[in-house]
Amino acid sequence: MSDLTDLTVAAIRDGVRDGAFSAREVATAFNANVEKGRALNAYVVETPDHALAAADAADAARASGDLKPLSGVPLGIKDLFATKGVQTTAGSNMLGGFEPVYESTVSGKLFEAGAGMLGKLNMDEFAMGSSNETSAYGPVISPWRRNDGGNAPLAPGGSSGGSASAVAARLCPGATGTDTGGSIRQPAAFVGISGIKPTYGRCSRWGVVAFASSLDQAGPMARDVRDCAILLEAMSGFDAKDSTSLNMPVPNWEAALSGDIRGKKIGIPKEYRIEGVPAEIDAVWQQGIERMRDAGAEIVEVSLPHTKYALPTYYIIAPAEASSNLARYDGVRYGKRSPGEGGIDGMYRATRHDGFGKEVKRRIMIGTYVLSAGFYDAYFNQAQKVRTLIARDFQKVFEQVDLILTPTAPSAAFALGDKTSDPLAMYLNDVFAVPASLAGLPAMSVPAGLDGQGLPLGLQLIGRAFDEQGVLDAGLALEERSTFTHRAEAWW
Amino acid sequence: MSDYRIHGATGEWEVVIGLEVHAQVVSNAKLFSGAATAFGAEPNSQVSLVDAAMPGMLPVLNGECVRQAVRTGMAINAQINAWSRFDRKNYFYPDLPQGYQISQLYHPIVGEGEIEIELEGGATAKVGVERIHLEQDAGKMLHDQHPSMSYVDLNRSGVALMEIVSKPDMRSPEEAGAYVRKLRSILRYVGSCDGNMEQGSMRADVNVSVRKPGQPFGTRTETKNVNSVRFIMAAIEYEANRQVEVLEDGGTIVQETRLFDPDKGETRSLRSKEEAHDYRYFPDPDLLPVELSDAFLAECRESLPELPDAKRARYQDGLGLSAYAANVLTAEVETARWFEQLLAATGEEHAQRAANWVTSDLFGALNRLGRTIEDSPVSAAQAAELLTLTADGTLSGSLAKQVFEIMLETGQDPGAIVEERGLKQTSDTGAIEAVIAGILAANPGQLEQYRGGKEQLFGFFVGQTMKAMQGKANPAVVNELLKKALG
Repeated sequence: MSDLTDLTVAAIRDGVRDGAFSAREVATAFNANVEKGRALNAYVVETPDHALAAADAADAARASGDLKPLSGVPLGIKDLFATKGVQTTAGSNMLGGFEPVYESTVSGKLFEAGAGMLGKLNMDEFAMGSSNETSAYGPVISPWRRNDGGNAPLAPGGSSGGSASAVAARLCPGATGTDTGGSIRQPAAFVGISGIKPTYGRCSRWGVVAFASSLDQAGPMARDVRDCAILLEAMSGFDAKDSTSLNMPVPNWEAALSGDIRGKKIGIPKEYRIEGVPAEIDAVWQQGIERMRDAGAEIVEVSLPHTKYALPTYYIIAPAEASSNLARYDGVRYGKRSPGEGGIDGMYRATRHDGFGKEVKRRIMIGTYVLSAGFYDAYFNQAQKVRTLIARDFQKVFEQVDLILTPTAPSAAFALGDKTSDPLAMYLNDVFAVPASLAGLPAMSVPAGLDGQGLPLGLQLIGRAFDEQGVLDAGLALEERSTFTHRAEAWW
Repeated sequence: MSDYRIHGATGEWEVVIGLEVHAQVVSNAKLFSGAATAFGAEPNSQVSLVDAAMPGMLPVLNGECVRQAVRTGMAINAQINAWSRFDRKNYFYPDLPQGYQISQLYHPIVGEGEIEIELEGGATAKVGVERIHLEQDAGKMLHDQHPSMSYVDLNRSGVALMEIVSKPDMRSPEEAGAYVRKLRSILRYVGSCDGNMEQGSMRADVNVSVRKPGQPFGTRTETKNVNSVRFIMAAIEYEANRQVEVLEDGGTIVQETRLFDPDKGETRSLRSKEEAHDYRYFPDPDLLPVELSDAFLAECRESLPELPDAKRARYQDGLGLSAYAANVLTAEVETARWFEQLLAATGEEHAQRAANWVTSDLFGALNRLGRTIEDSPVSAAQAAELLTLTADGTLSGSLAKQVFEIMLETGQDPGAIVEERGLKQTSDTGAIEAVIAGILAANPGQLEQYRGGKEQLFGFFVGQTMKAMQGKANPAVVNELLKKALG
């Protein structure tokens, strides 16, 4: 039955509905894969019983004729989503053993739609990282290997590295991710899968451990565009418990999904051609442009003049918000507590020293600095203004074009350890991803080809606010022409 | 303004005072969570996941708190900001679960306003209000539950406060006291704060500095969390004198936070500015800006009751009450409400008599019984009946007092008391004449003296007659008949 794990979300849903196989068979097959795939370190918690219970409910629902949209589909849930009664750590020692008494809105909606949970997926600590190496529970390893015969373990990208690895290695057919500055799109690109960050506010942030509130967005990661549409539809929706949630109806993205993009205008921003990016990235981008043209779209050169300020702006705003959001981890009420010495200040110091990893501490310090009296105007306030300019760049371009096509990341997956000593090189990974995050726009990565070392490369589609449909349709058009059928050979 | 001065060794000093009053907003739920806000509940029994700052929890603004802040701003004729925003004030403390307080630094909901205060001798003065902003309260540390550890009670964590910041317009403890009393009165009229200082729903941070008259402002200190008018005045007096002493001894005032010790009546240093926090304020990204529609503002304005200044003016100019009575009857919203219920029953033409009765008879009785007007044993309707019985001659003044005492004791209606105990005043001339005849017959000596010219004895005969009639005789009729009988 191992071929059940090769099925997409849509195929599993349809197969369970049509009686081709039972949901229990699907869950059992994935549970087995999760166990076999432990070498990838994609899951920090395995919940086979949750998946089986949801599967049994799906089989019963089929018998009684009330199947739900995701009945029979087992998913992986990024460990940033609070799951009721199931350990939720955000990849941090700070929350080691923490079991929420509540369910995040997004995971709750997925379960409500009939999905089961295979386990909690590893991630960079508090979603801060681009390689999954900042996790307190060890790095996730990409299922991919270079074709040079070496066996260097590769990074799956981050922060949703566990989600990426698990989907690529068939340890789940789809997973939740979160994206603050590329954390869905970059890992999706690294492992050759699809992932979409919707418009800011589409998915409720309630119950998602906060990194940078004005940027954090949940979204799905899956094997193809259709699966992303299906999962995103189930995850989205207004939530009165999140004041920044969009109060708009959720479109039927899957039903309307069409690769027909004839007459659409696709913008190619010249500022995304940056120095030092490998020629292969450019080649894949060029190929993508040709495929869009082939699909009947009109290609338009556009300019997003403030692009070069996006990364520095992001690395002021995100750490600033994070420094405040992470203040609640103080050892007083839950999570880790180290007694320390010298009363309450000593306890704070010891708890946060022991509980947070290096990258998290670095960002808390950056964030604290840019918000400090005397620096606030020069850094935080200035960054807020630049953020507005970046959003305005997009607004102007979207008066001319319907979508923007860019590479997802400036490189293919790198080896574990390659960039851990150079935070700036690590941050550069998100150079193409952060502008859409700062502007709150929907953006998706779809696999587009392989580089010379046989590693996947992705292309990014950025759409107008609320136009996930346009992004998904163009993604599908690209997917249909890329015929990306490559997969990592199982070595684990 | 005030000519209050501190007489130092080097001459006179003027005191400059500004107050930041924290007023708990009347609302069933906290500012950003649905948890309840009742006072005195079991520790940590009114704490939602948001208040405890569990991972992934988000604030949702309580519209009722916004409404109350806006209404309060309108009541002091303040600028209402149709666009305001919440900021985070970051600092670590165990009673602050989020590690930040959600407040409004940059764009408060209410801007500048003004409060008129009444001073000794009928003078008035205006105190400017700089701003009113909404913010979360913190929890409470409990240090007496464990030998080596402190506990924390989060019931108050997240409760909505209005911080009402005055301008440094006050110049004496009396002015500060009058300001707080007036502010409290307005808040209670509006219904946006219960003004209960003992339970901590209203408390003040007191900013004090001193200067030689005409000089620029001196360095100020801030005495935190003072929770009664008396303590506020005492803290100002102590602090101003302390500062004068320091300065005259050649020292300088350190800008610092101080604490008032009510037992010793003094302030002491809590922390100095050098070790003050850098609060790293920034806009809270979990919340949208607050935008108020014209319709919302109109609704807030229409919902405001008649406020103390307007009411006092109406009592004086419209009802003809004395300045004193108008003041006393309007200072507390409950008194005004009670008085107006009374007037509604008696008719406004009886306003002066009603005001006299309330300020003397009723207040005297309440004072004696240790009660407030809210739990008065006599209702406004009962009081109205009593006043009507006096007005129509059924009861004499002294009978009315007797009936009122019985009302206070039994809670009965005055009509029923009069009926039951036969306390009705009588003007039956036949009966009164018969009694007078008896009195004269029984007191021949006094009668002879009276007729011999000792007219002061008239009072004696009145007293004897009233006594014989158990106080029920109409005094005017008794007077008239006695004069006739005594010839």
